[in-house]
Amino acid sequence: MEDDVGFESQDKDIKPTKHAYETDFIVYGPQEIEQHQNEQIKEVSNILGQPPESTAILLRHARWNKERLIDQYMEKTEEVLESAGLDESAISHPPRLERVKRFMCDICCEDGPKLDTFAMKCGHRFCVDCYRQYLSTKIKGEGEAARIKCPGDGCNRIVDSKSLDILVKDDIRERYKDLLTRTYVEDKENLRWCPAPDCGYAVQCAVKDKDLPRIVPTVHCTCGHFFCFGCSLNDHQPAPCSLVKKWLKKCEDDSETANWISANTKECPKCNSTIEKNGGCNHMTCRKCRHEFCWMCMGVWSEHGTSWYNCNRFEERSGSEARDAQAKSRQSLERYLHYYNRYANHEQSAKLDKDIYLKTEKKMVQLQTTSKMSWIEVQFLAAASQALQQCRQTLKWTYAFAYYLARNNLTEIFEDNQKDLEMAVENLSEMFEKPIDQLQSLRGDMMDKTAYCTKRRIILLNDTAENLKSGNWEFNVSL
Amino acid sequence: MFATKRLGKELSKMQSGLPNGIELIKADDFKEWLLDIRVVDANPIYQGEVYRIKFMFSPNYPIEAPEVVFVQDESHPIPYHPHIYSNGIICLDLLDRTGWSPVHNVESVCISLQSMLTGNTKKERPPGDENFVRSNTQRPRDINFVFHDPHV
Ligand SMILES: [Zn+2]
Ligand SMILES: [Zn+2]
Ligand SMILES: [Zn+2]
Ligand SMILES: [Zn+2]
Repeated sequence: MEDDVGFESQDKDIKPTKHAYETDFIVYGPQEIEQHQNEQIKEVSNILGQPPESTAILLRHARWNKERLIDQYMEKTEEVLESAGLDESAISHPPRLERVKRFMCDICCEDGPKLDTFAMKCGHRFCVDCYRQYLSTKIKGEGEAARIKCPGDGCNRIVDSKSLDILVKDDIRERYKDLLTRTYVEDKENLRWCPAPDCGYAVQCAVKDKDLPRIVPTVHCTCGHFFCFGCSLNDHQPAPCSLVKKWLKKCEDDSETANWISANTKECPKCNSTIEKNGGCNHMTCRKCRHEFCWMCMGVWSEHGTSWYNCNRFEERSGSEARDAQAKSRQSLERYLHYYNRYANHEQSAKLDKDIYLKTEKKMVQLQTTSKMSWIEVQFLAAASQALQQCRQTLKWTYAFAYYLARNNLTEIFEDNQKDLEMAVENLSEMFEKPIDQLQSLRGDMMDKTAYCTKRRIILLNDTAENLKSGNWEFNVSL
Repeated sequence: MFATKRLGKELSKMQSGLPNGIELIKADDFKEWLLDIRVVDANPIYQGEVYRIKFMFSPNYPIEAPEVVFVQDESHPIPYHPHIYSNGIICLDLLDRTGWSPVHNVESVCISLQSMLTGNTKKERPPGDENFVRSNTQRPRDINFVFHDPHV
């Protein structure tokens, strides 16, 4: 089991076939995490011949690296025990509050023989009120636990849990114990907390930091949240973590320039009346003049129908224009805005699709009563909504990916895949916005289109993942 | 309040005397104080100049570090130093959450800043000063400085 955390591998999550873009992982619940922690403590406790409570302190002190702890313990037992506050004298003289003569607390500057004071072995003595205030600030305010230092200037002595026990009240002690449990996951390289709010699950995955330029390790928590094991952000396949970081930074820096273009309103290209996008689909019809156009490129819809791909590829300008420095910087902004616009559009559309779904959910109940459909039969709407969300999430990141992608013989395949997925998504999205009375007859068609979207997404992700793994992509920045 | 008790004591101690080159300018409340420092030794970089420092305290001071910046006006420039940005923000581990100890106080911070200037030989700003000053919107306490050399 070596550097593995030692969770027994379980068959429950093993799928029959695995796509190139998928990563192996296992999700653990709070009880499994605690149970495993206890197993490790028990195992090491037997090896060291120390009681479990002391072993837990030693393991946390050693950041749960049990091999290193055992080695060091065998080599210099006294030193290891001493630094974790577990040496002989600490056991024969357990930490206690004291009153000392001629004491002045260096934190509050109070003095007097009646002050209760406390000091660890380092001898930095403070009054109990100050020590308590210090610990509760660290624990409650800053969320620290396993590595709270003595308040003394430059002192590296860690406050051990026995000392903590006699200093703080119950509520702080509870929080401290929670935080200690959390350090178990935080200290393990192959474990990570699910970042969803209030989710208590952790994911185990073997992908290491050094693998991240070649793999985008998306994992799926039991709570439903898809996130990246590498950086904990929301699923960002196919873009590698470092590109995501660069892209988000760039969007933040350029937000003022880019904001106007991603705004939720545009003018109708024909009559110039203001149009607000209120659905996820890009096929727009102006309320005033009935002009139909594409939201993304503002081109006439009829001309553009299936030739959607004019929308997703940024045509590189000719070299003559690039010679002019001013044109160059304008071109680079235009190039960025081209990709940013599409990125932001999918982000926005995903939100709108979701809003529509929430409204549709209510209508699904109506659809059941007006038609003979069962609850199960109206679930195709839920499936369509989920596929749309997922595909838009992927499409969104294909544009950040494309922004950094240098052209080679593989980029055309990527752009074709992107175009196909884009088209599949827009078709489904358009259907999704139809009035409720038409939805019943569209059921079969919608199920087909949902399956098709999912298929196109898998094709795109497999292609990008395979080429990323074999280093076939060329980027205009270093990963 | 926690800070009030401690700051009251610091104030009465400071009113009875401060080290050479440190002067208390304003301490009307327990939220914000102003002090002036100058370099006492003959360091040509700081000759004849007086610098104004602003301290801001949270109610949890001294458990939490104070926010400390140099402030500029007609008679007080921002001193040149590789760890002091031209907007007055100071990059000093002592003032950072992990480097701060509640044992420190206003006087000891002033002494540290004074000796930080005294020992300096480079009349320059930190690398990337212009960018930092232009783009920084964070409060000093929320910035994660990388301490290139904690001994400068
Ligand atoms: Zn005290
Ligand atoms: Zn100490
Ligand atoms: Zn979760
Ligand atoms: Zn990532």
